[in-house]
Amino acid sequence: MAQERESGSLLIKGGVVIDPAAKLNAPMDVLLRDGRVAEIAVPNKIRAGGDESFNAGGLVVAPGFIDLHVHLREPGQSYKETIATGTAAAAAGGFTSVCCMPNTAPVVDSPEWIAWLQQPQRGAVVNVFPIAAATQASKGAVLTDFRGLQRAGAVAVTDDGKPILGESIMRETLRLAAEINLPVIQHAEDTRMTENGSMNESTTSFRLGLRGMSTAAEASIVERDVQLAQQFAGARLHVAHLSTADALKAVRRGKRSKAHITCEVTPHHFTLIDADVGDYNTFCKMNPPLRSGEDREALVVALADGTVDAIATDHAPHATHEKIIEFEKAMFGITGLETALGLAISHLHREHKIPLTRIVELFTAGPARVVDLRGRGTLARGSHADVTIFDPKRRWTFEASKSRSKSHNTPFDGWQLTGKVIATIVGGKILYRAD
Amino acid sequence: MTKVARGSLLGIEHLDASDITALLKLARRMNPLKPRPLLRGKRVLLLFYEASTRTRSSFEIAAKSMGAMTTLVLSSGSSIEKGESLLDTAYTLQAVGADVMVIRHSSAGAPLLMATHLNVPVINAGDGMHEHPSQALLDAYTILRHKKTLHGLRVVIVGDIYHSRVARSAIHLLAKFGAHVTLCGPPEFLPELATSLAPGLHITRTAEEAVHGADVIMVLRVQKERLAGMKIRLQDYIARYQITLPRLKLAKRDAMVMHPGPIIRGLELTWEVADCPQSAIVEEVHNGVPVRMAILAKALGKAR
Repeated sequence: MAQERESGSLLIKGGVVIDPAAKLNAPMDVLLRDGRVAEIAVPNKIRAGGDESFNAGGLVVAPGFIDLHVHLREPGQSYKETIATGTAAAAAGGFTSVCCMPNTAPVVDSPEWIAWLQQPQRGAVVNVFPIAAATQASKGAVLTDFRGLQRAGAVAVTDDGKPILGESIMRETLRLAAEINLPVIQHAEDTRMTENGSMNESTTSFRLGLRGMSTAAEASIVERDVQLAQQFAGARLHVAHLSTADALKAVRRGKRSKAHITCEVTPHHFTLIDADVGDYNTFCKMNPPLRSGEDREALVVALADGTVDAIATDHAPHATHEKIIEFEKAMFGITGLETALGLAISHLHREHKIPLTRIVELFTAGPARVVDLRGRGTLARGSHADVTIFDPKRRWTFEASKSRSKSHNTPFDGWQLTGKVIATIVGGKILYRAD
Repeated sequence: MTKVARGSLLGIEHLDASDITALLKLARRMNPLKPRPLLRGKRVLLLFYEASTRTRSSFEIAAKSMGAMTTLVLSSGSSIEKGESLLDTAYTLQAVGADVMVIRHSSAGAPLLMATHLNVPVINAGDGMHEHPSQALLDAYTILRHKKTLHGLRVVIVGDIYHSRVARSAIHLLAKFGAHVTLCGPPEFLPELATSLAPGLHITRTAEEAVHGADVIMVLRVQKERLAGMKIRLQDYIARYQITLPRLKLAKRDAMVMHPGPIIRGLELTWEVADCPQSAIVEEVHNGVPVRMAILAKALGKAR
């Protein structure tokens, strides 16, 4: 296997291609050449052949997965993760493109930092699409230079980690971003309602004596933002890590109107519930918090019916000393890149019977549309040669200690999952192969 | 539940009624005035991250009266001020030779975190808004000195239940023994989901209704230090929920008035109620010593 070839061709034979963007779900061979999809055809019809070939018999060949929500922790927090380790974990999870969040130290709020993130020295092994801060230092007061950031490569703006809370600043963000067709990603949390909160407001939070974070704190911001987005032609609002049934209602209302509203859901929110916090398991502490069983069911319905546009991991690595401490002091967030597909297939496909094509869409065409990644999220001829090959039936056990991520803060250690990434191909090169 | 150091007492929730009965039985055999030297040569570490008068002094007296050495570590004046983590402080105290650690901490779950990482037993002396098991045990002990059984007893808990670790432990304990527990307070202090804590809980928003026919009235302090921006008008609270002599008269004639302390006279109860013949507030403090003797003896495997 010529894994390090700069160019050349690779023929993927014998697999079933699922490419929702092209409405394709059939046995197909795919020829990658010079970083692009050169040909896609029914089995054994591609005559050109490849310098290399990959036998995908019994496997699904999908467009490379795209994760809209990843914390790569650079600049400034490389003790948690680096672009190199985070993108290695992404490759192991089948992601060929990740969008990285700007809540680093310092905050990525300038074109210079956007450029820095994309430099080859960072050691990224998959495509990295930076998301820039919407306000300077994400303080929610002064807007950043949207045009300059977009020109430097930012695919969206957000103050993720916290909300763009003030109504007038959010209105300005949507208005100015609309002028240049830039998506605005909102971490929807009314922080005035969640002060000192560390988990969902619920019977579990009451039992544990933890201050709760109400579903209204999320839903009220989504409702407000949907209304604001309706005021500006061309405004694009994307709701990050949506976790509540009430916020889904607001998104549905927005989608029925002419507003451009999209949203993402994380694997942990469609898999776990607040009661899984158990007795202060800090690996179940994240923001937004794990919600009720009813909220989770609503998310599953919305993932199935098209209301949700993307599965995004909110991969949030933290060092041990930030997690193995008092629950209320522990950092919010868990890693997620390497477990996303397994959780989606185990819970959404096998348990809730969501078709594989829909799941692939949530990892590919869906997120590609949210941030306009042209030529990605599909295997149509001429697209980027980003491919994820997975076995939807393979059972495996996730071991956190073997994660490529620098951090191991995951509640899924030791979980038996169905659905495993077999190979991840970026720009025509095989960057990850399962053992 | 996660594996914890043997002998630990982290809360009432995960105890069986039989464990509780055994501890109370042991406490009845403890005589603080003529103690047996069950803990001779043992080192009891008292690690207090929060203010305490009753719990701290009674654990210390309980330990010393059974022949143990005690060392008190406070968050101020220790390396905790320099930023040492809870677990590192705990490892340090284990390394200096602690045989048991008694901890009070403002973070819920802190004692469990210690107990899952240490080899020595950990006793929860109050963790945030979570639990205060020794208080619930001494309250049960106190009630049972006046009432035959907890089963069927009508107990009212009135006040700031949301912020109260005493309430959570008491509710778990009383429910395990089949008491009829009524919770009373304004929504800010008593959210509806409080009834999920244990089976058979009732909520009422009027003190008169709650107190009517009660055997035991447990009054809780309004915890100003935990209100965290919550707006509550104290005058309204006093008007609706303060335990006064006229309200006390609605209870059974032999009803007990209890309070974990510290009491704020004139707020959650009146001066007259605090000192009335039915008040068991001082007796509770008194009973804290034998109950904590039993807890320490049990933790160190000396429960004979």
